[in-house]
Amino acid sequence: MVVRTMNYSAAIAEAASYCKVDVVASYPITPSTPITHELNKIYVNGGFPRFITVEAEFSAISSLLGASAAGARTFSATCGQGLMLMHEALFSTSGMRLPVVMAVANRAISSPLNIWADEQDSMCQRDSGWIQLYCKNGQEAVDTVIQAFKIAEKAMIPAMVCLDGFYLTHSVGQVDVPDKDKVAAFLPPYNNPYVLDPQNPMTVGAYTVPADYQDFREDLSIDLDASTKIIEEVGNEFCSTFGREYGLVEYHNCRDADRVIITLGCVYNTIEKVVDNLRAKGEKVGVAHLRSFRPFPADNLRANLGGKHVLVVERDISPGGVPPVYAEVSEALCSRGSTVSVAAGLLGGREAKQSDFEQLFEKMKQGKVKAWLCSKENKM
Amino acid sequence: MKFAVSKPGTTVAIKTGEWRSQKPVVDMTKCIKCATCQNYCPEGCMGVPGQCPQVDYDYCKGCGLCANECPVKCIKMEQEIKSVGKNKQ
Repeated sequence: MVVRTMNYSAAIAEAASYCKVDVVASYPITPSTPITHELNKIYVNGGFPRFITVEAEFSAISSLLGASAAGARTFSATCGQGLMLMHEALFSTSGMRLPVVMAVANRAISSPLNIWADEQDSMCQRDSGWIQLYCKNGQEAVDTVIQAFKIAEKAMIPAMVCLDGFYLTHSVGQVDVPDKDKVAAFLPPYNNPYVLDPQNPMTVGAYTVPADYQDFREDLSIDLDASTKIIEEVGNEFCSTFGREYGLVEYHNCRDADRVIITLGCVYNTIEKVVDNLRAKGEKVGVAHLRSFRPFPADNLRANLGGKHVLVVERDISPGGVPPVYAEVSEALCSRGSTVSVAAGLLGGREAKQSDFEQLFEKMKQGKVKAWLCSKENKM
Repeated sequence: MKFAVSKPGTTVAIKTGEWRSQKPVVDMTKCIKCATCQNYCPEGCMGVPGQCPQVDYDYCKGCGLCANECPVKCIKMEQEIKSVGKNKQ
């Protein structure tokens, strides 16, 4: 293991190139630009065979769809408006069962214009049929990219590696990019059962009539559900090779806790600190990091958080309804006597302090909480 | 794991004529063999220029372009009558 002090985007790009990626198509958009930039640097130095310079994100995902169907291992990076532009083709990619892997540097969505971190962009791709894995730090982002190729290619379902923009794209920190040969040994070759071949032409993503269409959608949904097992298996394999543990959800001090905050992304780190401080004062609190949002690990949450007061902290909203993670967690835990609360906010890069989460834990003592997080106008 | 893949030839196999609600009927006695309908037909269902149109009802979708463009108005769109359960002519 060689720990280096480096920019996380450079580490992510390096990890992707170690995964023997064949084709990258990526259009720069802040804050995912440094990943695209670093990938391009690796490409011009002979790191992988093909970098397609596209004119927009719709072309990026569309060309990767084609490359993947032709048997290439593919990677991209995007975020925010770029991911929104990909929306239609995201469904095509998952529907054709093409295991494209993409880093999403989570960013706010216009309007108003904002380039800073929140998770609204990937949350509105929730139903696109992609696996979504959220990372809490730079090391996890690097490791998750490597695992994502294996998970996606086993499940034949594309995967997004979601990392909070700027926090995990522009920061410099200590990170171990696993050894190139070990990564190559960890990843079996990509083997698509239906490779496009000019000598033996066929249509992928063919037209289906009402008698057939639903069968394919059900099949994708069932396979995406079942990919929880693949994520766990690949996490275990990764741990035995590289020594770092990964699963569907990471639990910190949750076992005997009566109040637990569950969140995704790097805001986890602040809450973890708060939990440790409150534990030192004898408070029974815990925090969970929801690494896998798609597939949603409902059984795992039920087994570990059933009966507890769980508060969902999420950096996204659903105008006119309840926020998406809260809706899922509520559905998972409602039958287990849990109280599920929600604090949604931290949009467009708004920062939370440790005291904000201390207040939330305190508020949870009085019962269910449903609040904006760090709102200037709408108090809890 | 299901893959929606198909071999080439679906446009031959799928008889798109089944979509039709109206069908073109040609009065051969008025036809001047000008090939206008044959050039306009988006499906290539009107036969060969130089001859009176031979409508391919397997693939004609009944769009009516031929009847609209015919300079001598020898093509009429008639209501398609299909027997229940069988769409074939």
